[in-house]
Amino acid sequence: MLLLVEQILNGLQFGLLLFLLAAGLTLVFGIMDLVNLAHGSLYMMGAYFAATFVAWTGSFVLGAVLALGATLLLGMALEFTALRHLYGRDHLDHVLATFGLILFFNEAVRLIWGPAGLALPLPPWLSVPVQILPGIYYPAYRLAIIVVALLVALLLYLGVMRTRIGMLVRAGASNREMIGALGINIKLLYTLVFGLGAALAGLAGLMQAPILTVQIGMGENILILAFVVIVIGGIGSIRGAFLAAIFVGLIDTLGRAFLPNLLRQVLSSAAASTAAPALSSMLIYLLMAIVLVVRPEGLFPASRR
Amino acid sequence: MKSAFNVRHLVSVLLVAGLLLLPLYSHLTGNVFVLTLFTRIVILALAAASLNLIMGYGGMMSFGHAAYLGIGGYAVGILAQEGIGSGFVQFPVALAVSAFYALVIGALSLRTRGVYFIMITLAFAQMAYYVASGLARYGGDDGLTIYKRSDFAGLINPGNRVQFYYLCLACLLVVVFLIWRIVNSRFGLVVQGLRSNEQRMQAIGFPGTRYRLVCFVIAGTMCGLAGALLANNTDFVSPAVMYWTRSGDLMVMVILGGMGTLFGPVIGAVAYLVLEELLSQVTEYWALIMGPLLLLIVLFGRGGIMGLLGRLSRG
Repeated sequence: MLLLVEQILNGLQFGLLLFLLAAGLTLVFGIMDLVNLAHGSLYMMGAYFAATFVAWTGSFVLGAVLALGATLLLGMALEFTALRHLYGRDHLDHVLATFGLILFFNEAVRLIWGPAGLALPLPPWLSVPVQILPGIYYPAYRLAIIVVALLVALLLYLGVMRTRIGMLVRAGASNREMIGALGINIKLLYTLVFGLGAALAGLAGLMQAPILTVQIGMGENILILAFVVIVIGGIGSIRGAFLAAIFVGLIDTLGRAFLPNLLRQVLSSAAASTAAPALSSMLIYLLMAIVLVVRPEGLFPASRR
Repeated sequence: MKSAFNVRHLVSVLLVAGLLLLPLYSHLTGNVFVLTLFTRIVILALAAASLNLIMGYGGMMSFGHAAYLGIGGYAVGILAQEGIGSGFVQFPVALAVSAFYALVIGALSLRTRGVYFIMITLAFAQMAYYVASGLARYGGDDGLTIYKRSDFAGLINPGNRVQFYYLCLACLLVVVFLIWRIVNSRFGLVVQGLRSNEQRMQAIGFPGTRYRLVCFVIAGTMCGLAGALLANNTDFVSPAVMYWTRSGDLMVMVILGGMGTLFGPVIGAVAYLVLEELLSQVTEYWALIMGPLLLLIVLFGRGGIMGLLGRLSRG
């Protein structure tokens, strides 16, 4: 019971992190029609910026805020210099160009911060366990991730659905020529949206950093997971991304936690301990394959043109 | 238009001639490294050529093509580990397993289009990657060392550098020839027609998905051959061969050379890997130059090297 609650919370936390990453990805895809493989690099940069700024300022929160700003600026600069020229091109061009950006970012990080990973230590007030239910303790930091991510998700929802900027963003997603013709500065809007996506990725990266090490290529595996999330959720749909992210986070975490024991009851323990890690890594890809076979456009297709 | 063809043909012929004469150059200068490098290049060119068949001619943007490199490689490695060293068993098995994998994932993936297709092929390749990582008996994450190369009953000795190079080159040329025949056959024309306008092809009575699937399986089988050769070349196979960045590398080769041209992927593979080699000799941080270079190629170099040659000769 205790283990189950803890794993469900872990799954939720992982799912919410995936959502932060997937939200940026799906916004950029839904609005600019851009496939951005380098999104994982922004996640990595967020973590590296945070590790640097936290070490500089000595304050976790201040360092995190600075890192967030830095990732936002980096994202906007990236859009302005490179990605802006890719709008309207073939998806394959996007894949290649952003693949090149991944190479660039990984190498730049190796040049600046060195090949060894960095650690981002937690402040004492975040590294204590909290009692969430009678007798059940959970690390405060992971709880903080859940709270922050939920807040961001709520703000994002309100921002997109209830504000003028959000309205423009949605309008840009459904018809970019029209909104341009109505006198909206679409280029600026795109740069802002891209920066927002980058900041969300950076937030996910810097929040994940204290749990894992900050290292080169850290964004690549999780980027693929974020892609799985937006494909399951339906590309371009924030609501779909949210639900799919939670779903994927839970399935991945619970699968890793409980599949070995489940398999051991069916198979011999040697066979189970061989099959379990591979099978639990495969689970979500399997899920994605099933979803795509049944609903080739994902569970919540954003728009039908 | 005619002169454009001539320049492209000239470059292709020169490339093939260069590849054929390379062992001679290596022998005369005593430069063994160049032969080792080009063996790898020829094998990856074979993989890129097979990707070009589905991507360039068929319009199927597979982002999981490196999976076949691993499947072909693991077929050779696992059989060798289990004591079956004959190449006449290993290679057919490698091809058959690749074909079967392509059939299964093709049947599922081809239900989707566009970005979804890119992503689902990527996901399947990642699945193959994790399966290989879970093969504890065959090295798991660390990979599998192959102690004895495929045995071709004395016909060819894969342990001999020059003979193995020519084996790989022969495979490449045969595959390029096959692709040429396929592309110009009725079947190939249907597949290319499906790329241009699927609805119209369906309307005149061609079952689109079935044609695409056959094309997908042919390309997968060809890439499985590259995988079997690659495992022999490195005497080693590991999950890293199937990692998604390797699929990205293959895509880059195809685009760099010129998608949908016969020799484009071969030129692309040579250019990409030689460039990588040269840059890594100049600086340890070669990717710092390579990355933006890719971006520039995408932005300004439409049609890849072949496209450039075409424009060049037209003036």
